[in-house]
Parts: sequence; structure tokens; C-alpha cells
Amino acid sequence: MIYLRLFWEFLKIGLFAVGGGMATLPFLQELSTRTGWYSQAFITDMVAISESTPGPIGINMATYVGCNVAGIPGGIVASIGVVTPSLIIILFIAKSLERFRKATVIEDAFYGLRPAVTGLICAAGLSVARVALLQLASSQPLSDALSSLDWRRLALFAAAFLGIRKLKWHPVVFIAISAAVGILLAF
Amino acid sequence: MFSDLFEIYRKFFRMGAVTFGGGYAMLPILRREVVQSSGWISEEEVMDYYALSQGLPGLIGANVAAFIGHRRKGPAGAVAAALGLISPSILIITVIALFLAGFQDNLYVRRALSAVSVCVVALILDAVLAMWKKGVKDAIGLVICLAVLLLSLFTKVSPVLLIVVCAVIGIAVRAAQRSRSREKGADE
Repeated sequence: MIYLRLFWEFLKIGLFAVGGGMATLPFLQELSTRTGWYSQAFITDMVAISESTPGPIGINMATYVGCNVAGIPGGIVASIGVVTPSLIIILFIAKSLERFRKATVIEDAFYGLRPAVTGLICAAGLSVARVALLQLASSQPLSDALSSLDWRRLALFAAAFLGIRKLKWHPVVFIAISAAVGILLAF
Repeated sequence: MFSDLFEIYRKFFRMGAVTFGGGYAMLPILRREVVQSSGWISEEEVMDYYALSQGLPGLIGANVAAFIGHRRKGPAGAVAAALGLISPSILIITVIALFLAGFQDNLYVRRALSAVSVCVVALILDAVLAMWKKGVKDAIGLVICLAVLLLSLFTKVSPVLLIVVCAVIGIAVRAAQRSRSREKGADE
């Protein structure tokens, strides 16, 4: 049955996707060659749509594939499949974490983990900045940035950052304003 | 009971509906919803859940959602959070896949998203500064943070490995600090 297979395939993808949505991409390519459910060209569309709609990318990609393979129920089943490993693993860990939260060894581990995760998120932010601010493809060297520097982007970035720091509005307000700016100023 | 679960579902639905990008892009909205406006968890706990989620199998966003949901209302809370997070994706992607062919190629969509991505960088930077204040408190923290940043930017080393190594470093450093302060205490 197609729904069970979809669920199982996306459960496996969710399980092996260590490190975020884009990490599922190689598995989705492998799934395409193994099942023939969709073509490699479809994958380009899938990434574009998943990036351009709200929702974490990994979940969007699962919904999109499921929906195209087996309609609306397919999309639902694939999305549930991709988050099922998270649920199972966290149910397992969260209980002991809450119990041992105050244990010295856990506190000590977090002493090393908090600066580490700050560094990881900073790196993630910089790789988004590379594409969003400097408009460099991942293969292009940083030195290409100067020739294609777009001052409007830097101005929007500065304005958004100041607004976020000073006004403390909900992030979605800044996202909506930016979308409007992008349309009006033809970004 | 059910109203609590619905509240969790609703909060994560809202997060899923306004996240553009991966699990990290969710961070600014997550902080707003569960730290600043409701006080469900502390800033430090957000960092801890992100660190664990990064080191564990599964999508980061889904892992963080399940952790916070579990923290609020146990296993049922984790399920409510995960379902809330995937619901907007299901609704929006279904509509686009079935009715809006070429959505991603639409000129206005592209312009809007191009500017939104700039805004997402500003939001992540703001979140990083907040984390920096809470997470990097001494010279060792500074070294760990910079090392992880440089390694993830310039090498292909797995984030999972970085997480495991930094947890071990944390345990080792704190144990060394404690034994040194004990020696000091014994000297006096």
C-alpha cells in the first residue's frame, strides 16, 4: 500500500537527516532512483517550492513529495513520517533529561554545548547571509561579492536589524514588511 | 488538559506558518513565542534543546518542537507540538502542489522571498547576539564558540561530532576547575 510505503520511506529519511532539512536531499535523490516515484528534475522544483513557502524546509519537502506521489493523504502521511523519528527519540530522551537535568554531568555538558550551539547558529546565519545578502552561489568565492554588491540589500538588512533590536515586534511583522519591500522595490 | 495541548499545537502551528528556511530560521520566532511572550522555557533551555537536537537524529525543527512540547505536557505535548509544526506545511504545500503550478517562478513571489531572506539573516543575527550573551560567559566559552564557528564554515566536519566533542570538553573543563578549587580549598 502506497501510504504505508510513503510513511516508512519518510520515517527513514527523518531518522537519517542529521543536521537539518537540506541534509535530507541526498536521501530524496536516492528515493527517486530507487522507487521512480518522481524524476530528478522534480527535485529542483521541490527545493524551490520548499524554500519559498513557510514551514521548515525538511517538512515542506516531505509534504511536497507525498502530495505528488499520492495526493493529499500522501502529503499528510509523508509529513507525519518525517517527524516520527524525532518524536520517538525525544520521548525516549526527554524523560531522563528532565529527571537528570540538575545532575552535575549534564550541567557540565551544557557548559560546553551552549557556546558550541551559538557558534553553529552563527555559521548557519552566515551561510544564509552569503546567499541572501551577497547573492553568492555556494560555489562562488567570497571575492566575487564586491562586484555584485547590492546596496539595497545591505540597506534593507541594516533597517531590519535596527527595527528588530529597537522595536521588539513579532518577527512575522518584519518578514511581512520585507516581503512588501521586495515586491515594491523589485528585489 | 485538551486546552493545554491545543495551546501547544497552536503555538507551533504559528511557528511553522512563519518560518522561512530550515530549523535555524525558526529560532527567532521560537524565542518570541515560547521565551519572550509566554515564558514557557528560558533562553538557556532553548540553547540546550537546539544543541541536543543538532546532535540527535531527526530534523532539527521537529526535534526542538518535540522537546518543548514534552517539557510542557509530556508525550502528548510532544505530539501536539510536532503536529502543530507540520500542519501549515501540509496546508500550504498541498494547495501549491495541486493548484498553483509555477508558484516558485512567479516574479512577485521571487522578489518578496528575496527580500524576506535578507530579513531572516537580520532575525538570526539578533538571535545569535541574545545567545552570545547567555551562552558565552568566559574565555573557554569564547574559544569553543569561535572554534565551532570556524570549523563549520571552513571544513566538512559533522555538526554531530562537534556537539559530542564540546559536551565532553564541557564536562572535562568543569571537572578540572572543581578539582583545582578543591586543591585551593585544601591549601588554605
